[in-house]
Amino acid sequence: MNEHELRGLIGKVKAGKLSRRGFVQRMAAVGLTAPLAAQLLAHGGVAMAQAPATYKPTKRGGGGPLKLLWWQGPTLLNPHFAVGTKDQDGSRLFYEPLAAWDPDGNLKPKLATEIPTKENGGLSADGLTVTWKLKQGVTWHDGKPFTADDVVFNWEYAKDPATAAYTIASYQDVMVEKVDPYTVTVKFKKPTPFWADAFVGTRGMLIPKHLFADYIGAKSRDAPTNLKPVGTGPYMFKDFKPGDLVTGVMNPNYHQANKPFFDTVEMKGGGDAVSAARAVLQTGEFDFAWNLQVEDEILQRLEKGGKGSVSITPGGNIEFLLMNTTDPWTEVDGERASLKTKHPTLSDPEVRKAMALLVDNKSIQDHIYGRTGPATRNFLYGPARFDSKNNPIEFNVDKANDILEKAGWKKGADGIRAKDGKKLKFVYQTSINQPRQKTQAIIKQAAQKAGIDIELKSVTASVFFSSDVANPDTYTKFYSDLEMYTTTMGQPDPGTHMLQFVSWEAATKENKWQGRNITRWQSPEADKLYRETEVELDPVKRAASFIKMNDLAIQNQIVLGIVQRPTVSAKTAKLNCNISGWDNNTSDLSDWFKDA
Amino acid sequence: MQVHRVSRQYVIRKLLIMIPSLLGISVVLFSLLALAPGDPFDELATNPAVPPEVRAALRAKFGLDDPVWMRYWHWLIALLQGDWGFSFVSRMDVSTLIMQRLPVTLIVIGASQILAIAIAIPVGVLAATRPYSLFDQVANTFAFIGFSLPTFFTGLVLILVFSIQLDWLPFVYRADIAATGWAFYWEHIKQSIMPVTVLGLFQGAALVRFVRSSVLDVIRLDYVTTARSKGIGERKVITRHVVRTALIPVVTLVALQMPIVFSGAIVTEQIFRVPGIGSLLISSMLANDTPVVMGVTFVSACLVVIFNLIADILYGWLDPRIAFR
Repeated sequence: MNEHELRGLIGKVKAGKLSRRGFVQRMAAVGLTAPLAAQLLAHGGVAMAQAPATYKPTKRGGGGPLKLLWWQGPTLLNPHFAVGTKDQDGSRLFYEPLAAWDPDGNLKPKLATEIPTKENGGLSADGLTVTWKLKQGVTWHDGKPFTADDVVFNWEYAKDPATAAYTIASYQDVMVEKVDPYTVTVKFKKPTPFWADAFVGTRGMLIPKHLFADYIGAKSRDAPTNLKPVGTGPYMFKDFKPGDLVTGVMNPNYHQANKPFFDTVEMKGGGDAVSAARAVLQTGEFDFAWNLQVEDEILQRLEKGGKGSVSITPGGNIEFLLMNTTDPWTEVDGERASLKTKHPTLSDPEVRKAMALLVDNKSIQDHIYGRTGPATRNFLYGPARFDSKNNPIEFNVDKANDILEKAGWKKGADGIRAKDGKKLKFVYQTSINQPRQKTQAIIKQAAQKAGIDIELKSVTASVFFSSDVANPDTYTKFYSDLEMYTTTMGQPDPGTHMLQFVSWEAATKENKWQGRNITRWQSPEADKLYRETEVELDPVKRAASFIKMNDLAIQNQIVLGIVQRPTVSAKTAKLNCNISGWDNNTSDLSDWFKDA
Repeated sequence: MQVHRVSRQYVIRKLLIMIPSLLGISVVLFSLLALAPGDPFDELATNPAVPPEVRAALRAKFGLDDPVWMRYWHWLIALLQGDWGFSFVSRMDVSTLIMQRLPVTLIVIGASQILAIAIAIPVGVLAATRPYSLFDQVANTFAFIGFSLPTFFTGLVLILVFSIQLDWLPFVYRADIAATGWAFYWEHIKQSIMPVTVLGLFQGAALVRFVRSSVLDVIRLDYVTTARSKGIGERKVITRHVVRTALIPVVTLVALQMPIVFSGAIVTEQIFRVPGIGSLLISSMLANDTPVVMGVTFVSACLVVIFNLIADILYGWLDPRIAFR
């Protein structure tokens, strides 16, 4: 899909010939996330859709307790330090951002009165300024008013490297100014098409200036409020035991009428995912359980009790296969898989093509992941219901054999193909995790039929995902031919996600293997596309570049999507909750309620 | 009086020996943790949205860039001043974290120890007084089954039966229960039944075998025959003469098991989500939160050493034939 086609589609939405949803779906099919699609529409002058009101309760409170089960409990409650989703979800009971992402990738105002658009003057035409109007009459849980000073303070707090805030990247390159007590502007150094980062979603939760002002920078860890949150959210802090329990009570002064519904909230931690699913689906001891990394077969069995159901929320996380472009078996200047080398066999595009034909995504979905892992070939994908049109899944052993045969890779006496004395033997590594080992086995089996010998290797997760420079088995070193893991897409904007394919991000000894480009693919074409997205103000052109980049990587078989990893949670039958794959599980907690 | 003075000297000497052994333990623990792969801020390194400077700042802030011996030295000095360290993950004092978990651990694990003793002593004694009787054989069989079945299995079976099939007991342990008066205690008892049973039966089973063999050893001794021939009733012979002597090694064994009450039961706590020290230890290990791991393991080590001493003293007090030198 090129820029021209994109513009045509946006025009159709504007004219009412194509629904918003239809547009988002088409974007998904070419590998663009829902939030980005929504941004395209906003830029094109189509207002963001407001989610239909589904909230039924007509008074605040009276809903009894809400019991949430997170099998890994929150360990800290300062949103600027909250690295893991468990900590962000826990902080979100008490803290709110200016706006949150809904399941369709639209922004929903929380502490802002409206979402900035070009039409309402919130977005400047040059893409350099965003103006946020703040809700008036909002108070912190201790009764102090919430104003623009608090917003500006959060920027100062997070951007200070000495504070060591996890959110620093969203704040360090912007300027935030107070216009009046209820208006702030965010100014960018260069035109920025994806402006909804600072003060939005997971990284946008706001902490009160009057309680944190003395604890900015190096003293940040000593703030007493780190452990006793005071926010603007629907529930007020009651008690916190790290890793075990967070409790809160209804905020009687919450800034939205008739909300929240529940009188108290508790988030219990500990245990394992299967028993968490049981506690919701089978015994009903809890109302909601998070992140159920459980085989679908088990979930289906638990669901039969009828006490609750599993909800699957698409996001951007993907389990994918990487093919090394460098030679992991030769050491050059004290470094294996050096950029100065070429992979002895995978450098042949025909071998890559054959390898791609041997990945049986459908079987992997059907036999391992079920509903919790829809098959995809894309690296960048959208809602789970739609498969890419550009990169169809093709599994064909005969065709793979054919390609290899034509390319001169002949089977030897041992059944393994070879050419010029080089055998098609690969080491395929991943972390220790049952579904991953099963996936490895499926791919190995198919490869065997095509005369490719695969040696499976699995590394303890704590080593595989560590950044230990001394350890050869980390995923960033990629000292093997093939590897597989899940990459998370924390931000709705694919900017950081796509660094995986630019030459200057190659993980090398020089950058202590911290580069994002793990396959070390060097493609001037991909580089050029990425550079374009960095300066391109027009989101339509930018989107077209991202789509092309995704296709380049997939069609050159640098990486192959295996399955999407949507968020899987369980809820009791009566609970109404909207979970967004683009924001925290608890981002919309104020609107949760139970049917009578 | 003579014995008393000697034993005081003995205690002082033992206490002095404890210092180098605890130092040795702490060095070993610290270096093992320092050598283990992974660091607490790994999650940041693999997150594309966090610039490497943040991780570097955090490492510097928590002193992770210093050499191991220097970190150990800082830890030791702080410990001597009563500072257990600061959790990387929760950003709070290690002592606070441990204190939060301690009451539940003491209640649940303590109750299970009491249950174990309450079962093991009568059953063990009865079985030994009637060796190879039907009761003895049944008791033996159950004891074998009891300590052969791992707690994660019995725990799951109990959950399946009592929570899922019968729906009588909750299987998620909650430390703060929003009830008052009798309801509060009732809720606590209800949720403790399964974890306490699982642990109590597991430990009780091993103890039954121990009590039985200990009583069997004593019951054959000449003084027991003498007591019987004097015409003392069988009941009195057992309770006054046999059990008292036979329990000496049992008391030692129980004393040596006491540190477990502190360090919790990792597996059982995980199954029932009991917020005890065991689950704190395992989650801190998984998160590479070394100060917490160090704190918990070192407290356990101290308790083991101290209870060893207590067991030694108890032993001598119960059995005057043992001299302290």
